[in-house]
Amino acid sequence: MEQVSLEVKNLKKYFNTPKGLLHAVDNVNFRIYEGKTLGVVGESGCGKSTLGRVILHLLDSTDGQILFEGEDVTHVDKAKLRALREKMQIIFQDPYSSLNPRMSVSEIIMEPLQLKGGMSHAEMYEKTKKLMDTVGLAARLENAYPHELDGGRRQRIGIARALALNPRFIVCDEPVSALDVSIQAQVLNLMLDLQEERNLTYLFITHDLSVVKYFSDDIMVMYLGQVVEKAPSNELFARPYHPYTKALLSAIPVPDVHAPRNRILLKGEITSPINPQPGCRFAARCPYATPECSKEQELREILPNHYVACHRAEELMDKK
Amino acid sequence: MSGETKEELLRIRDLVVEYDTDEDVVQAVNHVDLQLGKGETLGLVGETGAGKTTIAKAILRILPDPPSRVKAGEIYFEGKDILKLSEGKMRKIRGNKIAMIFQDPMTALNPIETVGSQIAEAIGLHEKLSKAEVQKRAVDMLEMVGIPGERYGEYPHQFSGGMKQRVVIAMALACRPELLLADEPTTALDVTIQAQVLDMMESLKEKLNTSMILITHDLGIVAGMCDRVAVVYAGEIVEQGTTEEVFDFPGHPYTLGLFQSLPRLDSTEKRLKPINGLMPDPTNLPEGCKFYDRCPYACEKCKEKEPEMREYRPGHFVRCIRQGGEK
Repeated sequence: MEQVSLEVKNLKKYFNTPKGLLHAVDNVNFRIYEGKTLGVVGESGCGKSTLGRVILHLLDSTDGQILFEGEDVTHVDKAKLRALREKMQIIFQDPYSSLNPRMSVSEIIMEPLQLKGGMSHAEMYEKTKKLMDTVGLAARLENAYPHELDGGRRQRIGIARALALNPRFIVCDEPVSALDVSIQAQVLNLMLDLQEERNLTYLFITHDLSVVKYFSDDIMVMYLGQVVEKAPSNELFARPYHPYTKALLSAIPVPDVHAPRNRILLKGEITSPINPQPGCRFAARCPYATPECSKEQELREILPNHYVACHRAEELMDKK
Repeated sequence: MSGETKEELLRIRDLVVEYDTDEDVVQAVNHVDLQLGKGETLGLVGETGAGKTTIAKAILRILPDPPSRVKAGEIYFEGKDILKLSEGKMRKIRGNKIAMIFQDPMTALNPIETVGSQIAEAIGLHEKLSKAEVQKRAVDMLEMVGIPGERYGEYPHQFSGGMKQRVVIAMALACRPELLLADEPTTALDVTIQAQVLDMMESLKEKLNTSMILITHDLGIVAGMCDRVAVVYAGEIVEQGTTEEVFDFPGHPYTLGLFQSLPRLDSTEKRLKPINGLMPDPTNLPEGCKFYDRCPYACEKCKEKEPEMREYRPGHFVRCIRQGGEK
């Protein structure tokens, strides 16, 4: 029987803004099993990064429940939070701004160990060297500063820092989007190797659909704070049901000159998640919208393990 | 498809660009040869720091001097070497016959001027038209890129990223340039918006018969937009040919490596095949092949001498001594 690592129930995060209530994450539910990866995709402003941050308590949730390894961790005190953060870590998007420019590589990686305490300096140094080796950073770089290194190496520092306390769950927030493709492939492979070795669970946040397919077991598509579709990775790409997912998949530029090109061009742009109207938030841009769409759309299981929030999903199945 | 039959618009010969830093000289562009026919789209592909943007800026002559300088080479545009033109003559070409779209629409627009007047400025500079006519042209341009004319008087911050990039494109196309240099025009945009903008660029290009050099790191965009492609590595063109040729029969190990590092939607491979190592330091480029350190096929000969560009299949050039094709 597979163990559930993280479960999120009806999670909500609203922000108060001068213009009204911004629904950044609205009623999100999912479950990730140990050693698996859930990919979260969507465009800028869909709430995917906020979701990652709420799970790690970098932001407080507005409503809902977060369960980690069976335990309700929605509301925790400071001591508990510290303990929790040993098990739950994050790798940030931008390896240029997420590392302290005044700290050397080994200092950055060692910092979590120092904060945790209980180790002698020699032990921590030993551990740091091991971590550098694990993520493929040459030992001679231990005294280098981030500005001396390229993006790929910096992201390796970020990964080593996240691994320092042997976490079991890592939120990866666009970990490779700032990197060139050849370097991106190196880092993705490293992350997969680490997952295999340490049975890590990932929440992988990205806007790059080719990367997410390669990397994830399951994929969740978000639009303006809501989950519109969720399915196993291959299933989602083979049979996208939601009109937004279809448009998103068709918009990926494919590096093949012979691939048929039938991009679905959406009208308009993403609307504002401030005080949204009830019903489907994609309806304004959807080519198949009907008056029915102004009603709340429930995420329902259309095929085993394949969930979609669109009342016309079945009839639109064959539409491109 | 093939460039030979088309009338030539641009020819770059043996272009060398260097940057001075405090201690070293950065060899940003090394002996680049390129040509572009009328109405053609050429993709310049390569990684950060390969020299793609420097090539484009050299064509427009907007490289900051110092620290950079064009050390050698010729750039023929409509038969004339524009590197030899006076600055005054060059200004008549810049923004008029050759225009550029920059990567980041957030910083390419003046935040305290309305979008309309920014488009009108380019038209007013290059065309003898009355104020009313200039304004009308600017409104037309806005509508051509899919922005309602009523938004003429709005400021950049009132537009979303995709809309701003449309404004930038309207500005670039306002004088109907012969040549458009598009530097990662959609990299800052979301995929569905990217699809809209690329689609619009393609149809405008067709309508105005503009030639384009499209700089990108995204091979997917090249496949969809370009007639020909040149792969740039460490300031050199390492492979050049029609898009179909290069995608179907990549000849240079670097090009091959790029394709293999991409996660493919149609593949079920569990691991990507990255290119090992990093691009060489541009202040200290190796003697021989620049890709030597990272190349899985490298041999002693590659180290000794820089390989020449050779025709490995008809019309398809590769800078590699390996007999192309075998993997």
